[in-house]
Amino acid sequence: MEITKELTIPKLFFEQATKYGKDRVAMREKEFGIWCPVTWHDYFENVKYISLGLISLGFNEGDKVSMIGDNRPEGLWAEMAALCARGVGVWLFQDCLVDEVKYIIDHSDTRFLFGEGQEEVDKGLSIFHECPKLEKIIWDDPKGMRNYDQDYLISLKEVMELGRELDKKEPDLFKDLVYKGHGDEVALLFYTSGTTSLPKGALLSHNNMLTMGKHLMDVDPCLDTDDYVSYLPFAWIGEQMMSISCGLQIGYTINFPEASETAQENIREIGPHVMFAPPRMYEEMTRRVQVKNLDATWTKRKLFELSTKIGYHVANLKFEKKPVPLYWKFLEWLASIIVQNKLKDHLGLSNVRNAYTGGAAMGPDHFRFFHALGVNLKQIYGQTEVAGISVVHKSGDIKFDTVGHPIPGTEIKITDEGEIITKSSSVFLGYYKNPEATASALKDGWLHSDDRGFIDDDGHLVVFDRTKDVFTLRDGKPFAPQYLETRLKFSPYIKDSWVIGNKKDYITAVLCIDYQVVGKWADENKLNYTSYTELSQKPEVYDLIEKQIRQANKDLPDAAKVAKFTSLYKELDADDDELTRTRKLRRKFVEKRYEDIIDALYSDANMVHIDTTINYEDGREAHIKTDMHIRKVID
Amino acid sequence: MVAANEQNKNDILLELEDIHMSFGKVKALNGISLKVRKGQIHSIIGPNGAGKTVMMNVINGLYHPQKGGVYFKGKKINHIRPYARAKLGMARTFQKVEVFGGMTVLDNIRLGRHIHYKSGIISGALYLGKSAKEEREHRAFIEEEIIDLLEIESIRNKPVGMLPYGLQKRVELGRALALEPEILILDEPLAGLNLEEVEDMARFILDVNEEKRWKLTCILVEHDMGVVMDLSEQIFVLNFGNMIMSGSPEEVQNNPEVIKAYLGDEELYSTRG
Repeated sequence: MEITKELTIPKLFFEQATKYGKDRVAMREKEFGIWCPVTWHDYFENVKYISLGLISLGFNEGDKVSMIGDNRPEGLWAEMAALCARGVGVWLFQDCLVDEVKYIIDHSDTRFLFGEGQEEVDKGLSIFHECPKLEKIIWDDPKGMRNYDQDYLISLKEVMELGRELDKKEPDLFKDLVYKGHGDEVALLFYTSGTTSLPKGALLSHNNMLTMGKHLMDVDPCLDTDDYVSYLPFAWIGEQMMSISCGLQIGYTINFPEASETAQENIREIGPHVMFAPPRMYEEMTRRVQVKNLDATWTKRKLFELSTKIGYHVANLKFEKKPVPLYWKFLEWLASIIVQNKLKDHLGLSNVRNAYTGGAAMGPDHFRFFHALGVNLKQIYGQTEVAGISVVHKSGDIKFDTVGHPIPGTEIKITDEGEIITKSSSVFLGYYKNPEATASALKDGWLHSDDRGFIDDDGHLVVFDRTKDVFTLRDGKPFAPQYLETRLKFSPYIKDSWVIGNKKDYITAVLCIDYQVVGKWADENKLNYTSYTELSQKPEVYDLIEKQIRQANKDLPDAAKVAKFTSLYKELDADDDELTRTRKLRRKFVEKRYEDIIDALYSDANMVHIDTTINYEDGREAHIKTDMHIRKVID
Repeated sequence: MVAANEQNKNDILLELEDIHMSFGKVKALNGISLKVRKGQIHSIIGPNGAGKTVMMNVINGLYHPQKGGVYFKGKKINHIRPYARAKLGMARTFQKVEVFGGMTVLDNIRLGRHIHYKSGIISGALYLGKSAKEEREHRAFIEEEIIDLLEIESIRNKPVGMLPYGLQKRVELGRALALEPEILILDEPLAGLNLEEVEDMARFILDVNEEKRWKLTCILVEHDMGVVMDLSEQIFVLNFGNMIMSGSPEEVQNNPEVIKAYLGDEELYSTRG
């Protein structure tokens, strides 16, 4: 398919819906225990009526429409409807706190807000009077909505009814609107997660989105018979890339899980062909396998160990681009039929042709784990400002310390300062209402990423971390803390890690235990605990973590070894601003918030006293008082 | 005037009349009379050993009072057995969950649906036309009305015994709802739950009481005063087998006798923040 400047997402949607009609399933949602299909025809009708309904409510071209809620067909319909009415879509993370919702709604000049159900509507109501431009809140899940009678609330059904009436009066209106658009118009206003400051709104055009999908599929073609499971937030560019940029172009089926808690189970039922998720999803899968393995019988454990060994050996040969001897091929086949195929089935990875990971650093341990299983996992490099990704591994040419080659139509250069800069048709239009930020990110059509990296001898891009995140060790060498953090996270007992030590004498780490896994371990070892806080401070848990750290410290240069650590009394949480909504550590923020802990880690203290408040999503606060131990690993 | 009286009479779903119940020399209920109105949430409060659970058991037919009458929809049901009372439209949950631990969540709920099955063993086993249709209707009811309401999609195929206590309580509520009862008796539905689970459970109770689909009359035995005061329209206060008063939450809160007998200091009202 040719992506011309004339083509817009709605035009493509119109063509695809006409082409596939009632014969093909555009999306599926599991509802009441059954997978319910939505054909392209239904998809089209729904979008049309929502779109016209918005117009009946006074929607004007260029208006912003915000959406918040779980992944579900209605969410995608609302987005598509906004685009068809020549508006701009804005997605919010479902778990956004009220302040964040207010900031984005207000900053984006949103007039219409689509919320899923009561929870989202409540968030909308609480900010309604502070956001003067917001006019209507539209909801689709009637649960708990019986006592809401505000006149600015309207159900999706009513909106669609308005649309139907308008369609009867002006049957050509929808088509005319769709064909009025141009590829260079703004399609989405995407708020970046912002590891350092307030979120910035990146403006992405129709052309940005469509060329992005095209170029990715030039590398790894998808088929219209493929299945894709949409369960990561739509407010994450990766999900938009898969559901809109790729999904719409190729016409594969998008599957929505029943509830966020059932996502893993539903993925297994569907068996998707392509997958794109941030590293934490893959980390969770690894942890699940490791934990189940700890529980398994002796025979199963031995079989797993053996097949993993075979898997690792074969994967290493492939990484080194060496031929795999026949003997090893046979062993690999044996391992796959005895262990690995079943494991892949449980993880929902049986059909996966390409699995991508990006958005944050992924440790080589996790990466190798999946290749040993026979999963074609690839790293990507991208950002919201290029509408998704710009660099990806090619099948058969995978190196776990790189992110691969630029996709077609993309130029990557390294500036003299070592910054990665990108030029392509997917580079965004600028930041909304922020010319200074736009000017510093876009120079002569080159997108400046603020990431450091270099291009290796094979033409692969290697990305260091954010320039400001790179550490200087005591021996003067540069060091990326993420490398150590992901390494620590390979232990199933550690959920989050934060490594400290820039220009310090030694490296320290603040760790968050995995409550479930460590909790189970504690049950088995007859340790009593009542809360995360209590469990995290048990000396036995410290012993357990110390073992994990010693393991991670092996074969690291001395200066990069973790010398001291502490187990944090709570999990790091995006609601407390410690992580971004995509779960990246906000280093500056935690450094300030946990100053006391850092001071204690770099003094002789073996204890630090905590007296603080934490926030819940519904706005409540809780007071916490506890003591955190500090444990030395190296003298 | 006659019509108004008639209306009033129809309004009363359940009535206890001068109930006496003793175990040996212990007088557990001493002449209790109360009326439960259609569509309202009633709570029964009182210190430990006041006779609350005995009263539930009398209503539900596990105990037969030595004296007095239990009337359901105007009919005396003193000698009707518990399973037959379930058929009349009475469902309950227990203080300590009484679920079938080895069975899945879905099977537990299906069991509650049992009284509504019309087809016999043979046509059921062979899945013949009519019973297949019936089966599908029951399935739709369980999925759409119960599992969706209680948000237990992710555990529907898990054995109940493996679930945390809070979820087991939810499953028990689901099983009671599967009966499609007219009156729902909840014996300490919030005991042993954490704050979040209490909030969820309170919301479910409100949902089945208010939602057009259900409009259930509820009787609640509960110690969590905050929730009792928020949810109930009518409160009965028991002490040593005697009803010391009944009234609206406000009346109960301001009654000095109740405060003395049960609530203690005013500060204890809201046991949860």
